[in-house]
Amino acid sequence: MTILLIAEHDNSAVKADTLKAVNAATAIGGDIHVLVAGANCSAAADEAAKISGVAKVLVADNEAYEHQLAENMGLLVSDLGKDYSHIVSPATTTGKNFMPRVAALLDVAQISDIIAVHSEDSFDRPIYAGNAIATVKSSDAIKVLTVRVAAFSEAGTDGSAEVVAVDAVHDAGISSFVSAELTKSERPELGAARVIISGGRGMQNGENFKLLEGIADKLGAAIGASRAAVDAGFVPNDMQVGQTGKIVAPELYIAVGISGAIQHLAGMKDSKVIVAINKDPEAPIFQIADYGLVADLFDVLPELEAAL
Amino acid sequence: MKVLVTVKRVIDYNVKVRVKADNTGVDLANTKMSINPFCEIAVEEAVRLKEKGVATEVVVVSIGAKACQEQIRTALALGADRGIQIDTELNLDSLQVAKLLAKVVEEEQPGLVIMGKQAIDSDNNQTGQMLGALTNMPQGTFASELVIENGKAKVTREIDGGLQTVELSMPAIVTTDLRLNEPRYAKLPNIMKAKRKPLVVKAAADFGINLTSSVEVLKVAEPAKRDGGEMVDSVEALVAKLKDEAKVI
Ligand SMILES: Cc1cc2nc3c(=O)[nH]c(=O)nc-3n(C[C@H](O)[C@H](O)[C@H](O)COP(=O)(O)OP(=O)(O)OC[C@H]3O[C@@H](n4cnc5c(N)ncnc54)[C@H](O)[C@@H]3O)c2cc1C
Ligand SMILES: Nc1ncnc2c1ncn2[C@@H]1O[C@H](COP(=O)(O)O)[C@@H](O)[C@H]1O
Repeated sequence: MTILLIAEHDNSAVKADTLKAVNAATAIGGDIHVLVAGANCSAAADEAAKISGVAKVLVADNEAYEHQLAENMGLLVSDLGKDYSHIVSPATTTGKNFMPRVAALLDVAQISDIIAVHSEDSFDRPIYAGNAIATVKSSDAIKVLTVRVAAFSEAGTDGSAEVVAVDAVHDAGISSFVSAELTKSERPELGAARVIISGGRGMQNGENFKLLEGIADKLGAAIGASRAAVDAGFVPNDMQVGQTGKIVAPELYIAVGISGAIQHLAGMKDSKVIVAINKDPEAPIFQIADYGLVADLFDVLPELEAAL
Repeated sequence: MKVLVTVKRVIDYNVKVRVKADNTGVDLANTKMSINPFCEIAVEEAVRLKEKGVATEVVVVSIGAKACQEQIRTALALGADRGIQIDTELNLDSLQVAKLLAKVVEEEQPGLVIMGKQAIDSDNNQTGQMLGALTNMPQGTFASELVIENGKAKVTREIDGGLQTVELSMPAIVTTDLRLNEPRYAKLPNIMKAKRKPLVVKAAADFGINLTSSVEVLKVAEPAKRDGGEMVDSVEALVAKLKDEAKVI
């Protein structure tokens, strides 16, 4: 039994998501091979080789994979994956984009967003915005899985796997990269942050998110948002936490001016400690918060920053 | 250009689901069912393309039991031209749905397929990508903007780090994210008109596709319960709790 794990990386480094997916793969058992597909990605491949538990790193270094277009990745991974028992990737927007193509090309199902491994063919995954957990069993010869990274810790980095080049070039020629507008931030990424402070519609506008920044700086926190705050244009889309945004599970999650709709809770209810600040004592967020403070956020946030 | 839109009948997003006591699934009896919100956005986008003169016809397809005709009618009331129901009582996996849709694509030859990025019941986020692979069409998933120009589809996608724009040859598949548009409400005269729009029913069993799933659901359980904690009455008290009790700051 050998697992092919597709690394999430930016050509120069592997993301923490990859380390978490490796831990999920380790729970499945068997050898783990990591594929780093990109362009000028040897630095990322060298990093992947250091992940504990990885037996081999495959590097597909070609322009065709530079932006990990789903059409090209689908062809590459389904070709390489034929002889593996499992193909695994983190359930990032990259993994979610190409993995179902891989599954369909191999004529097998995909099991999305696994949060627990019971055996080599049986897994837990959340459905209905996390309001139910399904335990599923696959009879496919190749199991195609994406991993909800928030449910796994990071693998160590004391490995020394061999790195092998893959020469196959798959360019479907039906899609091309035009541009990217990436949010730049000095703060930790939502997925990697120990503390997250999120703002909702109650923040009223984007300018007011500054009130969260000072607190985030003091706590080394990432800043998140509800869908309502993103839709209203207060903050960019990559800050959305929830069923259809980012799923996070930090040590501490502070929800400010967020009502606690099920779609938002789906993205943060596995946080270790939840704090809610809301002026409405009936807000559903209080039903899951460890500590609730009924107050006007415009009074409380400056006080909180000063108290830290 | 013909646009094919897929709609799935799902539990309404406002309804809190209940897991059945025997752990075989969730209880859908007497619950409000609706169009999957992402599919509603897909219908809206297709109708807007028609209003702009880019699309000539909007065909909507749903796979499921007879009740999903209700969601097809809703899509017709929003402006789609005709509907196809692929009838089955089975709970299909995304792969089987994609295979059925591939047959529809073969027959209808659309220039563009618009789908939801995710069905909010299964939370799979797979079907559009699978259909892409099966039909060798490119895909623009998690779309927040779609522009059809010079025979290409330019799609801006919501990705983890921000936004990405890709250009796709056509025919292509687009899956919708929340910011693509804000769907309109169906007006009463349009709801009446929708009743007379054509809707054909085809049996899933007639497509020559193996509809048995390779994934068996062993159990559906409630997630670990999270109890509400305590209320604090000041910032000072909150900070003290976080430091001394929870020890997270
Ligand atoms: C298909 C679908 C997918 C979705 N996906 C997501 C998702 O991924 N993530 C997500 O977050 N949502 C998602 N939603 C939206 C979700 O249903 C809610 O609409 C959204 O989470 C509400 O955001 P909010 O809590 O910021 O706004 P509201 O519900 O409007 O709540 C604002 C809160 O702020 C409080 N408030 C106002 N002023 C103050 C003040 N001065 N001081 C203190 N408190 C104040 C109010 O009391 C209120 O509780 C999705 C919806 C659908 C249909
Ligand atoms: N039974 C179905 N009938 C019609 N469309 C479907 C069906 N299942 C999935 N889809 C489409 O595929 C999208 C993604 O679904 P999923 O991959 O299941 O999350 C949905 O938003 C629909 O547009």
